[in-house]
Amino acid sequence: MSERYEIRFSGSGGQGMILAGIIMAEAASIYGTKNAAQSQSYGPESRGGASKAEVIISDQPIDYPKATSISCMLAMTQEACDKYHGDIKDGGILLVDAEEVKKIPDGKFRVFSFPIIGTARDELGKTIAANIVSLGMITELTGIVTHEAIEKAVLARVPAAFLDLNKKALQLGFEKAKGLKNK
Amino acid sequence: MAQKKKLLQGNEACVEGALYAGCKFYAGYPITPSTEIAEGLSVRLPKVGGKFIQMEDEIASIAAAIGGSVAGLKSLTATSGPGFSLKQECLGYACIAEIPLVIVNVMRGGPSTGYPTGPSQADIMQAKWGTHGDHPVIAVTPSYVQEILSETVRAFNLAEKFRTPVIVLYDEIIGHMREPITIPVPGELEVIDREKVTCEADEYFPYDERYEIAPLAPFGSGYRFHVTGLNHKKDGFPTNDSKQIDANNRRIMRKIENHKEEIWKNEETFLDDAEVVVFTLGSTARSARFAVNKAREEGIKAGLLRPLTIWPFPDKAITELSKRVKAIIVPEMNLGQMTLEVERCSKKADVVGIHRVDGEPITPAQILDAIKKHK
Repeated sequence: MSERYEIRFSGSGGQGMILAGIIMAEAASIYGTKNAAQSQSYGPESRGGASKAEVIISDQPIDYPKATSISCMLAMTQEACDKYHGDIKDGGILLVDAEEVKKIPDGKFRVFSFPIIGTARDELGKTIAANIVSLGMITELTGIVTHEAIEKAVLARVPAAFLDLNKKALQLGFEKAKGLKNK
Repeated sequence: MAQKKKLLQGNEACVEGALYAGCKFYAGYPITPSTEIAEGLSVRLPKVGGKFIQMEDEIASIAAAIGGSVAGLKSLTATSGPGFSLKQECLGYACIAEIPLVIVNVMRGGPSTGYPTGPSQADIMQAKWGTHGDHPVIAVTPSYVQEILSETVRAFNLAEKFRTPVIVLYDEIIGHMREPITIPVPGELEVIDREKVTCEADEYFPYDERYEIAPLAPFGSGYRFHVTGLNHKKDGFPTNDSKQIDANNRRIMRKIENHKEEIWKNEETFLDDAEVVVFTLGSTARSARFAVNKAREEGIKAGLLRPLTIWPFPDKAITELSKRVKAIIVPEMNLGQMTLEVERCSKKADVVGIHRVDGEPITPAQILDAIKKHK
């Protein structure tokens, strides 16, 4: 893989998009064998506002740390989707939260719409775990890191009291994405 | 034993570098995008017998760090543009009093409070000329997270060796981004400690003219001396003697000028046969390397000169390069601070600036366009 694989996690501040980016970068570079660079941009507010985290994954050293041609983007709010979808490359993936993102942008990318936050709420009882569900889905949809690597990365980053919850959230993400792929 | 890789943020790597260098005192005032340095050291310093203090503001922070250093501890303060402005008075004080000190400035958009969460490289001239009077400045400029660690160590080394404040200057992008790095084991990187004073107490003078750089005894260790921002005699007490003032003002400049070769550090990529060269630092150098690699793939003879020491300015390298290349492209997240310096040093080559002050990085595509236009 000499090409750069670029993932953008976008949503609003407080949804854990930056943590999702960090976990993906660790799955690729610490628990996997690739190079990764993770960067972010956010406003001065700690809650709300459009926020994004980007992860570049490559077999080569990574110089430019920001996304230029996105292979996979997650949008957890309409605002983030509208603001950040422009860099998705042809044939790339856009995964959106079905309850939050009603207006799907036009483009030559594949769109997967799924109630990610709703699933975390209804099946786990915790909307806060939606970012981990999304990590499971992205892992399944892209295959850019292994299930084992992402699980190790998730478990190493989340508080000890919530290991089970996050493990379940990740599994749920794998399963739901498998369902979407096979549709 | 090989060290395990860790995914660290640039500012976290700065913490690791400071600890590796033996920093034992941090005084600071939090400010985005540098706060993670203070956070990290507040947790880590007490575990290695060091002290962390959050002061009431940036001025007090650098003053306290100077105090920590005079007392014999390797000391650090970290900030961003608005705080760096406030620290300038004491930065000059550390220059004339010759106090080793490391100041990290994680650059954000300015002027004033500007754009707190956006990157910039607009404090390059401030690092050199922010404090008044002729004074020596050393500023190091890492581009990668691993390099923030090693350059922080180098900054402490230079500060101790040359008895002067050293600035670690990098932008928000690399301050906040994360990359896998390895923490070096003890002995892997050079660590320079302060020269010990061994003479009799009545023979000790902290500004002894017989030395280019006299050793600095820890305050309170039995060696009596005075520390002041006024021009001073060899014992540190103020003087109005014009000869003495002239000698000291020239000596503090000379102690850096005479050692530029060992302070300079440049990374050269594809310079052997390059016809168009990009000169830039920090995260912009990452965009530049990407662009230069792309240009080479297209058969264009492009190269990259990346300074890891921006002050003293690498004039010699640029002058030499300018005699054999067509153009030097200078991308920077400001409106032309380095470009002016490169123009000063360039003898023949065209100097082309690329400037951006909208809080967004200069992209590889922008640099590649310029390379193609000037090849």
